[in-house]
Amino acid sequence: MKRSGWFNITSLVFGFSFLYLPILLLVIFSFNESRLVTVWGGFSTKWYREMWQNQGLIDAAWVTLRVGLLSATIATVLGTMAALALSRHKRFAGRTLFSGMIYAPLVMPEVITGLSLLLLFVAIDFARGFWAVTLAHITFTMCFVAVVVQSRLVTFDRSLEEAASDLGCPPARTFFLITLPVIAPAIIAGWMLAFTLSLDDLVIASFTSGPGATTLPMKIYSQVRLGVTPEINAVCSILLALVTTGVLIASYITRTEQRRDQTTN
Amino acid sequence: MNALKRIFGARFVLIGVPYLWLLALFFIPFLIVLKISFSEPAISIPPYSPKLDVSNGLVAFWQQVREFGFENYVFLFEEPLFYRSYLSSLIIAGIATLMTLLIGYPMAYAMARAPRSWRAILLMLVILPFWTSFLIRVYAWIGILKKEGLLNQALLAIGVISEPLTILNTNAAVYIGIVYSYLPFLVLPLYASLERMDDSLLEAAQDLGCTQLKAFWTITFPISLPGVAAGCFLVFIPAVGEFVIPDLLGGSETLMIGRTLWVEFFNNRDWPVASAVAVILLLILVVPIALFQNAQARAEEKVL
Repeated sequence: MKRSGWFNITSLVFGFSFLYLPILLLVIFSFNESRLVTVWGGFSTKWYREMWQNQGLIDAAWVTLRVGLLSATIATVLGTMAALALSRHKRFAGRTLFSGMIYAPLVMPEVITGLSLLLLFVAIDFARGFWAVTLAHITFTMCFVAVVVQSRLVTFDRSLEEAASDLGCPPARTFFLITLPVIAPAIIAGWMLAFTLSLDDLVIASFTSGPGATTLPMKIYSQVRLGVTPEINAVCSILLALVTTGVLIASYITRTEQRRDQTTN
Repeated sequence: MNALKRIFGARFVLIGVPYLWLLALFFIPFLIVLKISFSEPAISIPPYSPKLDVSNGLVAFWQQVREFGFENYVFLFEEPLFYRSYLSSLIIAGIATLMTLLIGYPMAYAMARAPRSWRAILLMLVILPFWTSFLIRVYAWIGILKKEGLLNQALLAIGVISEPLTILNTNAAVYIGIVYSYLPFLVLPLYASLERMDDSLLEAAQDLGCTQLKAFWTITFPISLPGVAAGCFLVFIPAVGEFVIPDLLGGSETLMIGRTLWVEFFNNRDWPVASAVAVILLLILVVPIALFQNAQARAEEKVL
């Protein structure tokens, strides 16, 4: 028993070092005084100051934020509807195609999704740019939302809804009073996932974007191709800090919700 | 009657709105890709011909359809760049998936065996990198792997090597990138299937004199197979079409089809050939995607 215990601890330590060491090094070197990212030249926050003066970077961040907020919100509504449709209606015409279209984007190579959306926008003469990127992001992120919400709906006790409607509660009211509060943590998690996926996307945005709608990943990518600089490390560190804080807060909310659920049940 | 209509209305909207959305922005675009893959490149906007147009009536439409040819597909099979890209994508993704499994399985196993109070934190630690930017995580490796990078500095300092290794811009770096980026995708479903396992099975096996290793191979591993399959699909399928990792970490000899498609589209501006590349890639991936969906649907029913 002892030996397998050591084996388990070793694999955890190795695995998590592998996962976290590169990110840690990236953050550490964003505080490097030297322009060389690999030689430590003393602690400095100058790259963070420099970053704020880079107008191109700020503009890109602003575009990314707007696309992210808008697309995550619409994707959450559509994804929740899709999850409800899949878990409540076991048979309807074309259900197989529908569930296929929900699961396929989860693994679809981004180059295919990006190319196909671009060709659609060209075919219908829809201008590439902010709105095209937003529509593209809604489409691929809504599937992630649907999967997250659906996993919560699977464990949902339908008798609560039946009780409400037996007592004369109209369907819409039942939904907002009973169903929505129960699946709310999953919806929040889905929104967060959609938002971070949108924030992160390079390939689909590159295909669907146009002039004036450069997103932050596109900007980072074009700078990375020219070389590693501490300024990009600084941008990445700020993004990492934002996402980590968001995820920790969301997981805290979900956990307290679940605990409340367990105590009330 | 009115209530009935309302319920049907709600059902119609609930299914109809996301259905139509996905049809218009996910399914129809594929048909357009398919159509353009049969077109010829042209110096125009958009850069392909013929352009399908139903406004001139069905006869004209049929005329346009008849102009389509398989030249792009023939080209894909004649040009070694393309079939070598497909082949090497499949090989790289396959080997990387195996490597991910070798690192991910012990992790998922150890997590499922960890004290209950630890599991939530360990799970959080696996999920967190999944939320952080893919691009940033790939970028982080450039500083580590390059010639004057941190790995070479560390290895030189402890005297393992006397000359810096060339890792960045080789296939080795691509493997590291894929394993690193996709590890959480494999660990999560694997952990889920291992965590559900009933420990009394293992205890029974050991009471009956089974060694730990044998108990693992005869009980734990078969039970975890659905998790292994789900995890491997989640790594393999996107890895085949990966663009960012081979582009930033790979070298000129790294042939991956996602990157070939990108170059064909953005640099050579050959939209029809890029479309044909996408169609063939999709055909290659249809089997694993269908298997993945099947597994997903079965898992969903199992919970019910």
